[in-house]
Amino acid sequence: MSEPASPDLIVVGAGPAGMAAATTAAEAGASVLLLDDQAKPGGQIYRAVEAADAASEAVLGPEYMAGRPLAAALRSSTVTYVPDAAVWQVSDGREVGYSAAGRAHLVRARQVILATGAQERPFPIPGWQLPGVMMAGAAQTLLKSSGLAAEGAVFAGSGPLLYLVVHQYLQAGVQVAALLDTTSSANRLPALAHLPGALRRWDMLGKGRRWMAAIKASGTRVVSGVSALKVLGDERASGLGYRVGTGPWREIQSEHVFVHQGVVPNVNLSFAAGIKHRWDERQLCWHPLTDAWGRTDLDGIAIAGDGAGIGGALAAEAAGRIAALGALRELGRIDAAACDAQARPHRVALEREGRLRPFLDTWFRPADHFRVPVDDTTLVCRCEELTVKDLTDVMEIGLAGPNQLKSYCRAGMGPCQGRFCGLTVQELMAREQGRTPEAVGYYRLRPPIKPVPFSELAMLDADDTANDG
Amino acid sequence: MSMAEGRTADALVIGGGIHGCSAALQMAMRGLSVTLLEKDHVARHASGVNAGGVRRLGRDPAEVPISQAAWELWRDMPALVDDDCGFAPSRHIKVARTEAEMDAARARVQELNRMGFTHEDVIDRDTLRAFLPAAAEDCLGALHVAGDGAALPFRTTIAFKRRAETLGVTILEDCPVAAVERRGGTWRVTAAAGSFEAPVVVNCAGAWGGKLARMLGDDIPVKAHAPMLVITQRMPKFVEPVVGALGAPLSFKQFDNGTVLVGGGVRGIAEPDANRTHLNMTGLAGNLRTARDIFPIMRGANVVRAWAGIEGYTPDNLPVISSGGAEGVVHAFGFSAHGFQLAPAVGGIVAHLAMGETPNLPIAPFRHDRFAG
Amino acid sequence: MFKRITPESAAQSVAFDFEGRTIAAWPGDTVAAALLAAGETQFRTTPEKNRPRGPFCMMGVCFDCLMVIDGEPNRQACQVLATEGMRVRRQNGAAEIGPDDAIPGDGA
Repeated sequence: MSEPASPDLIVVGAGPAGMAAATTAAEAGASVLLLDDQAKPGGQIYRAVEAADAASEAVLGPEYMAGRPLAAALRSSTVTYVPDAAVWQVSDGREVGYSAAGRAHLVRARQVILATGAQERPFPIPGWQLPGVMMAGAAQTLLKSSGLAAEGAVFAGSGPLLYLVVHQYLQAGVQVAALLDTTSSANRLPALAHLPGALRRWDMLGKGRRWMAAIKASGTRVVSGVSALKVLGDERASGLGYRVGTGPWREIQSEHVFVHQGVVPNVNLSFAAGIKHRWDERQLCWHPLTDAWGRTDLDGIAIAGDGAGIGGALAAEAAGRIAALGALRELGRIDAAACDAQARPHRVALEREGRLRPFLDTWFRPADHFRVPVDDTTLVCRCEELTVKDLTDVMEIGLAGPNQLKSYCRAGMGPCQGRFCGLTVQELMAREQGRTPEAVGYYRLRPPIKPVPFSELAMLDADDTANDG
Repeated sequence: MSMAEGRTADALVIGGGIHGCSAALQMAMRGLSVTLLEKDHVARHASGVNAGGVRRLGRDPAEVPISQAAWELWRDMPALVDDDCGFAPSRHIKVARTEAEMDAARARVQELNRMGFTHEDVIDRDTLRAFLPAAAEDCLGALHVAGDGAALPFRTTIAFKRRAETLGVTILEDCPVAAVERRGGTWRVTAAAGSFEAPVVVNCAGAWGGKLARMLGDDIPVKAHAPMLVITQRMPKFVEPVVGALGAPLSFKQFDNGTVLVGGGVRGIAEPDANRTHLNMTGLAGNLRTARDIFPIMRGANVVRAWAGIEGYTPDNLPVISSGGAEGVVHAFGFSAHGFQLAPAVGGIVAHLAMGETPNLPIAPFRHDRFAG
Repeated sequence: MFKRITPESAAQSVAFDFEGRTIAAWPGDTVAAALLAAGETQFRTTPEKNRPRGPFCMMGVCFDCLMVIDGEPNRQACQVLATEGMRVRRQNGAAEIGPDDAIPGDGA
């Protein structure tokens, strides 16, 4: 395929926000390049949706199928869609660096929309690094992409995605050993303050309750009020230990453990671009600063979808369309009045999808001790094998922030570049130093945001790679 | 430490990189009261993010005496700053890939020997293969120093800072200088934390040194650039020495953990007033090709991160180390991306200058007014 | 054990080698999925402490599923589609480039 030499718009990420943004812009006549690191469109939430059939719907649920028209619209659009493309840079001058088919490319666009979505929040418990332990989202990915499910697995944690996956397992007829729920009862009272708004989406609330009812009705063991977790086993997971309140440790045997405590924006690309972010105390993560059109403080760069703040698939789709309209206006393809008018229904959808969010965020707020482990033998930086104690030993020196750890230990320096330790390290340091997480700050991220083969970067200036056909 | 402390001192150091901390330390060792003002936090810039090379190899001959003196101090960092700074000795090797480069190397060693310096030699192909078994076949030999090394730059600078504080130096961070004025024999510096007075002001402001020099009455051309570095994922250990190339800019080092650091001074764009650098990945490509040409195993490497520090460059790429035009001004900045190894000795020179003494090392090539005319 | 919840499709499965064991992959399987289906959960050992690791996030952001695939180290098994005749092995420690492994970019 031949990519436009300098497209009007580059969209990064082919989840709901990215698909919607790319298609909307292309429909208005803009030249659009859509880059995504997976082989097929859909992102995480709509993974493998093009191959989904009635059987998939029965297992995965009707909401999942909403990705099909998005993917179909993408395929029939004029968008230049490049799958298997790892975007490793977006510069503040809108130069996008990516690797595809063994070559590194740099393409500059007039507008860029980042739609890189979310990742699961780190869930550091003792033994979380052992083979056999995966995130609940991983279980869902295996289900969607390969029709694979682990028999007799233990699921632990908190949050809608956790219950959804267990429900999907049960729909598929797969036996679940137990669901250990770490949702803190201390969240209930603060969450009630958001109930009026949540009740305006009683349909979504009802859906969640139906999942839980089905899980309980299936006879699956459900334990609430779980206050501590640890993975059992030496070389691989053999089960999960847990406590309820201040009770004794109990165990559930299983070779497969799936953990989850919410999703957070995947911010590596936005931070590395130099976009300003702010700490969101309700979602306990960093949000890029965006306006009503998804625009950031960098000219011509907008962010749409969960990458700007967790809102779910339908909100992401709406935000993608809004960001595309904003880009079209900046490109001069539509005027302000048309832009506002066309954005209006999507704003309505966005508002509608947002009603439940404050309640969900508060109700499922992960407890402090699950975000910053109490057991100091717990691994924090998986890539570099650093425990809580390794880090607090270094922090005793008195450092300005997470970036100063680098000279003393390799926290955040491994290939994941802080995706699974950054939030933990930041909050650990905040606790140790008696500062707010926002004051402590995050790792200073730089391109490439994913490892790029040395040989590819060595040939980056070889020729006009943007015109490669 | 209260804000009121350090308001008046024997010397004010502006800039908390390694040179500022080294100067502060050396002055404190000689009994001066010192206050250091740093606009961000110590080692925030070049001193914290450079390649960490402790290198005598390949220096401009003007710098060699200082580099030699610094080397003696590097050999026992715990004695100086109570911390090993992550220093490890290693050979430094600048590979020659053409006969012309070999000739130039031999000529250089001859010249250095004539000047009385014997730390460098030329090694032949066989010796090079023994030191660098992973080097490409077309490497003909190299310029070489057996006794050089590498250290951890952030850790080193912090060690200087802490040792200086132990000796009573007041170090204030988040404290940019707003104004400077001379009042009857004293310098009065207005900064974020208030006013400070001292008979001597030491300019260790790095890439911002030109701006400060002007406030002190000296016009010194210094430009801020952002030399880039990359680090790879871990690789099996294949090289011990720190490696450069005679025919192309290259800085190449493998850490004990297996990651490989590649640099060479290719410049990104520096925005010193915003503490920001912009990377130029296309520009890096040539640098990475040189590394790959010399070490073919790099074709299997993955780059994990790139970054750039903000360095101050002078027109001749030599530092400014001298008294200023006005009384009580000392300059030590503009190290043009090769100041790290020199810092332990430059601190001593600054101390001499601050106390009105003749420095122990030759600094005529580093006069602040050499650019005029 | 992981099991398949969908009936085996008519489409051709592929077979690849994992340290001497032949693994059958269904169409669309990543190397990671196929190995999990075959009961393998350990994909590498860590460079510092030689500890066992396996796939964790299945979405390409954790970098725990690094394997040597067709001689190339540091490949994320959850991002690589299984193909016929692939050679997959565990990555033990830092990327080892063996004498018979191809160096990517050779001849490029």
